[in-house]
Parts: sequence; structure tokens; C-alpha cells
Amino acid sequence: MTVLVVAEHDNATLKPATLNAVAAAAELSRQGTGDIHLLVAGKDCRPAAEAAAKVAGVSKVLLADDAAYDHALAENVAPLLVRLAEGYSHLLAPATTAGKNLMPRVAALLDVMQISDISAVVSADTFVRPIYAGNALATVQSKDPIKVITVRGTAFSPVEASGGSAAIETVPATASAGLSEFLRAELSKSERPELTSARIIISGGRGMQSGDNFHLLEKVADKLGAAVGASRAAVDAGFVPNDYQVGQTGKIVAPELYIAVGISGAIQHLAGMKDSKVIVAINKDEEAPIFQIADYGLVGDLFKLLPELEAELAKRQ
Amino acid sequence: MKALVAVKRVVDYNVKVRVKADKTGVETANVKMSMNPFDEIAVEEALRLREAGKVSEVVAVSLGVAQCQETIRTALAMGADRGILVQTDAELQPLAVAKLLKAVIAKEEPGIVIIGKQAIDDDCNQTGQMLAALLGWPQATFASKLQFGDGRAEVTREVDGGLETVSIKLPAVVTTDLRLNEPRYASLPNIMKAKKKPIVTMTPQELGVDPAPRLVTLKVEEPAKRQGGRKVGSVAELVDKLKTEARVI
Repeated sequence: MTVLVVAEHDNATLKPATLNAVAAAAELSRQGTGDIHLLVAGKDCRPAAEAAAKVAGVSKVLLADDAAYDHALAENVAPLLVRLAEGYSHLLAPATTAGKNLMPRVAALLDVMQISDISAVVSADTFVRPIYAGNALATVQSKDPIKVITVRGTAFSPVEASGGSAAIETVPATASAGLSEFLRAELSKSERPELTSARIIISGGRGMQSGDNFHLLEKVADKLGAAVGASRAAVDAGFVPNDYQVGQTGKIVAPELYIAVGISGAIQHLAGMKDSKVIVAINKDEEAPIFQIADYGLVGDLFKLLPELEAELAKRQ
Repeated sequence: MKALVAVKRVVDYNVKVRVKADKTGVETANVKMSMNPFDEIAVEEALRLREAGKVSEVVAVSLGVAQCQETIRTALAMGADRGILVQTDAELQPLAVAKLLKAVIAKEEPGIVIIGKQAIDDDCNQTGQMLAALLGWPQATFASKLQFGDGRAEVTREVDGGLETVSIKLPAVVTTDLRLNEPRYASLPNIMKAKKKPIVTMTPQELGVDPAPRLVTLKVEEPAKRQGGRKVGSVAELVDKLKTEARVI
């Protein structure tokens, strides 16, 4: 009953979502499963494996270093996991776009169902997962011999990134499937924290009216050390890139403080942020549904209120 | 070359779902059902490929109860050429759907399969990846742009950090994200025409697939309700509350 967690990394460092997935594995351990192993598959990824070896609670790191695993192409990484699966009762990955891309392919090759986006561990074979955009929570039991699982990061507090001293074991690579090829990435560059691990998030919606107006949010974000997000409406309108999207099919976030600006509160947006500890809504329409779930609502013109908020925060720093 | 699209019948996205009192699921009786929005995007993309001369025919497949006919009719009204219904009253989970689609694909031999990245009912996000695995085909998930080349497709994918572009060998499975296209509405004449388009019905038994679920749903509950609704009068009051009451800044 050993649990293998697929680490998400950029070959040099671990992505924070890995620590939340290990936390879910630790929860399984408390339910009676055994050791936790981390798989680092990539190209020239030994530094990431060394970081993985320090993660609290991890007893072994499997390092698969090969050109085939560069950019985590599912066609190449899935056969590796299938080969490794024999020794494990559970295969876990973060429910990020990388994990969601990879794990169902692994599950199908193993002829098991995947359990998507779990938000709680009930026992070694029973899990809670949100359905219908989080409007219902299903408790499901898997009858499969191996549980293939993706983990909702916001539902599990990350384990410590340090303190562990796992052994690193090199595993032989599987051959490239030759089906797909990475061409290029256009990744957003930002000095601000990542949305899924930020303590404070300020998001804009259609009410922002243009992408240029997002600088009003960014100024407030910089005062708070916050990440900047957006509703689907703002992304669809082309104000900001897709990776800003918070919602049912975008990123799921649960920061200490979520400030929704010019966002009406469509169900699919609420699905992505309603587990935030404190929610603030700023909207000119006092009937906007977002106010029903906001701890603090402020009705008014965001183009007046955002500069005021920035000034007020500056004054009190 | 044929394009095959899979379309799922789900509770309409505008419906506020209610959990059943006996906790066995959500209320679906007398609730408006529609095509999964991501599957509409898949149908639209297949139609655009046909209009661009890249594929010759668009086949829409749905799996489930008899009423999935309506979902197929919607795809036909948008412009798909014909439909296939894999009819069963059994609960279908993504692995079973992938196996059934694989069996249909063995008969139809499409050059590309396009399906929604996730269904808005179970929010699983699995079927496309599972189907690609079972077929031994490449997969391009969460697509926001699709371009056809010689025996390959170039697909831009929406990933957590931004966008990523991959080149995949055809045949392949592509799953759609929101920004791939804006689906067309079916015109009245096309809705009429769709009634005459053929839909073939088959069963899991005929396809030689055991669709038995692997996950047992023990219960379905409502999430804890948030207590919200308080208003503040000014920015200064808001900052005060956040500092002294909520203590988050």
C-alpha cells in the first residue's frame, strides 16, 4: 500500500501544487496506506528531484531523466507510470492542467477509473469530490485495484518543502511514443505570486471594461502582495490571457482574501473561489449575486473605488 | 477524412442544481437538459474543419438514455451530417464511455475525434485522454487553436502558465477549451433539416463493451453554505474591517 505522487516541476524546482498532492498522500497514510514516493520525470531534472527529496513525509524519490519526458507529454510519461504502477496502491497528481492531462491516460491504460479532483480522503478507497461546479459534493468509492487520483490543491494544506531526506533512485526511461512533439510555450511572466498559491488575490471581471484598466487592479495587488485573476467574461473579452481565469474550468483558488472587482458572480466563477477564507466584492450593481457570498460588499464605481483603495492601503502601510 | 464528435446530454448550465433529499444524486426530473457546452465547441470546430475542406463528414455520437437523441439532433441542426446513439439506461462513467467510443471508432475510422474537455455535470475531465490512451493515439487537451497540416495537427493548449503549442500525429483526440471558437446557433431551416438526418442506434452489448461503473457513489450532499451579504459603506471602512476584524491584511 505505497502511494506514488507525480511531482509537478520545471526540471529545476518543484511547483507548489506538488506539496498539496503530497498532503493528500499523507492523509491516505493516516488512513492506513504506507510510504509516500515522489516521481520526478523530466529532462535534466535532477535539481527538481533533489528538491523533492527534501519534501516532508516522502521516503523515496524516483528520478526518470530522459529527453522523452521533456515538457511532460502525456503520450510519453503515461507508459512510465503504467510500468511503475505495479508496486503502488495509489497514483496521485495535482489537479493542474498537467495532472489532468496525464492521469486519465494512465488510468485508461491500467483499465481503472480515475477519481478526479478529490477534496477529501475518507478512507483508502473512498473520496469526496465536487460535482456540478461545486454545487454538490459526491462521496465515491473506487472498486479498482489501483486508485488513480487527481488532487484539488486548495482542499489540502501543503506539506513542508523541507525537513525530509528521501533517497533518490534513478529509474530507466520508457521509449518516446513518437506521437506528439512540443513546439513552443507562451507563458505569462509576472513578478506577482502564482494564482493557485497566492495568499491574496484580486480579480477583475467584465466590469473592468478593458485590459488596460487591469492596471488599476495591479496597483492594488502590488500594495497587498496579491496575485491578479479574472472571471471567464474578462478572459473571453480578451482583457487578459487565459491563465488568469478563476472558475469551474479555470483555476480553483482558496486564498486568505479574495477581492472580486466588477465580477457579477456567475456560478462557474463562484465554483473557482467560494472556498476563499474572506471574500470582498466591489460592484456597482447592488443586486449582483457575488454580494450574497461576499463577507464584505462595497457598492460603487470601481474606477473611483480602486484608486481610493490603493491610496488607503498606501496610507496605512 | 471523417471527424467524430462526442456530445453529452447534461443538466443545462443555467439550471441551479438541487441535491436530492435522499442524497442519492441531484434532481434531474423536470429539469432542462442541453448539450454539454464544451461539446458544442467540439461540434463547431468539426463543422469549421468540414467547411475548410479538411474533413468530409462530421459524425456526432452520444451515449446514454434514449433522450440523448435530442442532443444528437442539436448537433445535426448545427450542421453535423449524421448521428450515432449508443443507448443504455446504465450509469456511464468516463472509462466506459471511452471504451464504447473506441468500439464506434473501430467501425467509423475517423481521422480526428473532437470532444469537450469536461462535462459540466460530473466535472471529470477524463474521457478524451482515456479514449486517446485506449486507441494509442496522441491527445491534445484543452485546445484553444487547431490547425491542420500534412498528416499532423498543430494545437495550442490552455495550460496553467499560459499557452503551449504541440504538434500531434493524426489520427488524434482533441479536447476543447472555451476559447477554441464560439458555437453557432442552429437556424430554423437547419433544425427542420436535421429531423431527416439519420441516427443509428446501437447498444453496449452490440459493441462488446461492459459499461459497468467502477466508482460507486455513496452519497451526494450540498456543500456548506457561505454566510455572506454584509455591506460596508466606504473604502476606509473596508480596509478597517480587513485589518481588525478579518485580520487578513
